Amino acid sequence: MKKYDKLVVNAAGRLVPTIINGKPAVPFMGVGKYRPSGVKHASSIPTCLDYPDDGNKTLASLTEALKKCGLKDGMTISTHHHLRDGDLVSNAIFDIAHEMGVKDLVWFPSASFPCNEPLIKYLEDGTINRIEGSMNGPLGKFTSKGGMKGCAVLRSHGGRVQAIQDGEVHIDIAVIAAPVADPFGNANALSGKSACGILGYSLADYMYADKVIVVTDNLIPFPCMPMQVQGNYVDYVVVVDQIGIPEKIVSGTTEVTKSPDRLLLAEWTAQFCDEAGLLRDGCSLQSGAGGTSLAVGVYMEQILKSRGEKARFAFGGSTKYMVQMLENGTLDYILDAQAFDLEAVRSARENPNHIDLSVFQAYNFHSKGNYTSMTDIMILGATEVDVNFNGNVVTHSDGLLLHGIGGWQNCLHAKTVIIPIPLFRDRIPVVVDEVTTICGPGDMIDVIVTERGIAINPKRTDLIEKMKNSSLPIKTIQQLKAEADAICGVPEKIDFDDEIVAVIKWVDGTVIDSVRKVK
Amino acid sequence: MEHNKTATIGNKGKGVRSDCQVFLEILDSGGINIELVSKVNALYGKSIRRGIEEILVFFDIKNAKVVIEDSGALPFVMAARMEAAVKTLKKTDKEFLLPFFKQNNYQTEQDKNRISRLYLPGNTPSLMINAGIHHPDGIILDLEDAVAPDKKFEASFLVRNALRNLDFYGTERMVRINQVPRGLEDLDFIVPHNVNLILIPKCESAEQIHLVNSRIAEIKAKQKNTGNIWLMPIIESALGVLKAYEIAMAAENVVALAIGLEDYTADLGIRRTAEATESFFARSMVVNACKAAGKQAIDSVFSDVADMEGLKQNVLRSKALGFDGMGCIHPRQIRVLHDNFAPDDAEIAKAKKIVNAFIEAKEKGLGVVSLGTKMIDAPVVKRAQKTIDLAISTGKISKNWREEDNEKI
Repeated sequence: MKKYDKLVVNAAGRLVPTIINGKPAVPFMGVGKYRPSGVKHASSIPTCLDYPDDGNKTLASLTEALKKCGLKDGMTISTHHHLRDGDLVSNAIFDIAHEMGVKDLVWFPSASFPCNEPLIKYLEDGTINRIEGSMNGPLGKFTSKGGMKGCAVLRSHGGRVQAIQDGEVHIDIAVIAAPVADPFGNANALSGKSACGILGYSLADYMYADKVIVVTDNLIPFPCMPMQVQGNYVDYVVVVDQIGIPEKIVSGTTEVTKSPDRLLLAEWTAQFCDEAGLLRDGCSLQSGAGGTSLAVGVYMEQILKSRGEKARFAFGGSTKYMVQMLENGTLDYILDAQAFDLEAVRSARENPNHIDLSVFQAYNFHSKGNYTSMTDIMILGATEVDVNFNGNVVTHSDGLLLHGIGGWQNCLHAKTVIIPIPLFRDRIPVVVDEVTTICGPGDMIDVIVTERGIAINPKRTDLIEKMKNSSLPIKTIQQLKAEADAICGVPEKIDFDDEIVAVIKWVDGTVIDSVRKVK
Repeated sequence: MEHNKTATIGNKGKGVRSDCQVFLEILDSGGINIELVSKVNALYGKSIRRGIEEILVFFDIKNAKVVIEDSGALPFVMAARMEAAVKTLKKTDKEFLLPFFKQNNYQTEQDKNRISRLYLPGNTPSLMINAGIHHPDGIILDLEDAVAPDKKFEASFLVRNALRNLDFYGTERMVRINQVPRGLEDLDFIVPHNVNLILIPKCESAEQIHLVNSRIAEIKAKQKNTGNIWLMPIIESALGVLKAYEIAMAAENVVALAIGLEDYTADLGIRRTAEATESFFARSMVVNACKAAGKQAIDSVFSDVADMEGLKQNVLRSKALGFDGMGCIHPRQIRVLHDNFAPDDAEIAKAKKIVNAFIEAKEKGLGVVSLGTKMIDAPVVKRAQKTIDLAISTGKISKNWREEDNEKI
């Protein structure tokens, strides 16, 4: 089977394959242009007759569970990154598969982390054919150098649910690592030594997979409530000593940046939102867990508080700073798919206004509406943006694939998307002529905040009008690009190999760009 | 020409950013051999090699081994490292200069605000690159205490290149030279490159000012440079304190005296405290010398960068003593200085009344300015006008405050 075939130029002007890993693929047609029809995919039909009446689905080992699920060549195995860099379960699955001599598996994780580096040996020996998900750090580098047998497919969190629902990805076995579970398979993440707060990425997987295994290191008698995972979808429950390394699952504490340059970015971002009238009583927002994003949140909180106003809801990943807003009354609700620190886990457990939420509700394309498009202010990062406001989050300027998309593409649907980023990082320009990889079309990115000026997308005439008397340094994106070039020098063009090693899916399942092998 | 010697210049290793280390060995034969390890190789590898070759040609070096370990050094940084390496091995009067950034070609006023001056170590490029975006009143490239003795040689090239090719975003361009007489040599690296103000450390006599000024005059004559260069001597010893007035009056281009309390307390053999009662006399002497001489008085830096409230209290005490500004060692300190050296609301309200009375009296052709039943002297009006100017420049009130106040009525 060829990794990919039949290249065409898509609506973003990028050359992409229309056959990927032997399956047909639709090239990106423009935002909101692709409208699939038909019916949703479904899993094979179970009957309760095949499950124990006493509700006890426990098995002695993960090996036994995988065997009972019929693990064989070419299957698709899904896992999740709820345990982040402390995850011990994903690697264990493929250790077992390797021992069983199974080949050509497709790993379908919601995200990978540096802890998954040991899987490179299974990509090399053919146990795993390819990854469809995210490739972070070492796995990204391995993929960029052309090491993967199949063509990698990168999807957003919402795009992952989309691919499950339209049947492009059929999950044979979903393995869910759960910090607490009962023998029936009900599970959550609120307690136990591996508590990570929320299991927001697993819903579509367990609903649509043929077989579902819950792995826990903390089995309690039925019922395990609240059920973030519903046992009615679960085939087997396996108890192990340890599903993760606690200090790598959640950080003890997340901290705002101490860098004066990043703090300036954050301050300007909050001031921009305020002056543009976006930050107001009843607004909604999302801001990530990076040091700069956290600082944006802190400045926004100060502004809201000074006027006695509050935000209606904020999307997680949650941190102690968001929890602080919730607890001091500057925020009504946290809607949360993952908790980043111990304070966030505590809040998710104790506070009824800290709501666990699946990406199924927030991000999914095949959904009757989405939460993200209702959000007023969206603060995101990027590795690069270009003069047409296109954004890149997966590759660096040297072409190496180093990050996953996460929820980034989905979040672009918010009302105002603001990206605070430095103009350059150690001589590497961040504002460039053309992004190395398009992950988000320029139509959807509204404001770029850099330490040397703020550029507003010309399409947002409303924001331009509101900010025309601002004391903030409003510039054009071309001016910012020229400043970056004047300081860093005009970068040389990267000399890529022709071979495609990965494709980037847009939220609707179409192919927006290809990633080429780095020489 | 000396042969077969090596030079290693610059910095590398964990935590080093925007810098590079250059190893240079001049050889007798074999041509030029450049080894480049760079995190920006994919984007700038070719231009880095071209730049290195250009410098070698400029200094007439035909056979050499060059090893560059680069952590994202900007071109002016790499050129400074390379030139310092060449000049460690080879005597030459030639200077390799990149084209002067035209946006750095500005002069500053004698009595401009100098509330905040941000100190930057003269051999640390990563701290220089974004300094201007925080808009202190001045940026000090420090060749003295912030540079280790064995790094002073390479720092002078970096500071020279920074004056030419680092965007200062309109802030006053300052350099702290080494103590005179050694500091006189530093002047060759800064005077021809549009430095606006020179800080003279551990100043103890008018004579030191004269030495600096005569060397500046010599360099300027050669360069046909007509720009103003202001001086800010730093008082850092008991002798300096007692000579403060003499130093302030030493020359027309002395615009301010600064006080350095670390060295001063060391000179007295006492401990520096947060309350600073031990240096009350010294600070008062400097303030009085400055006021008597019509110069600005600048206070010592506050060294706990995490303690913003402590800094604020320090600024308020400093302002109450009569200081006009203070040094900073971290960009986050700048705002605290501007906010707290700025006049407060009561001061502004009073100054507005006086300035309004003065303007109205002038409009009516009255020779005497009065507010209510009180007559106002000229120095009072002048001080009120200064308060208003400071309130405008620190963003406390608008430039058009009179019209705006009238509209409100």
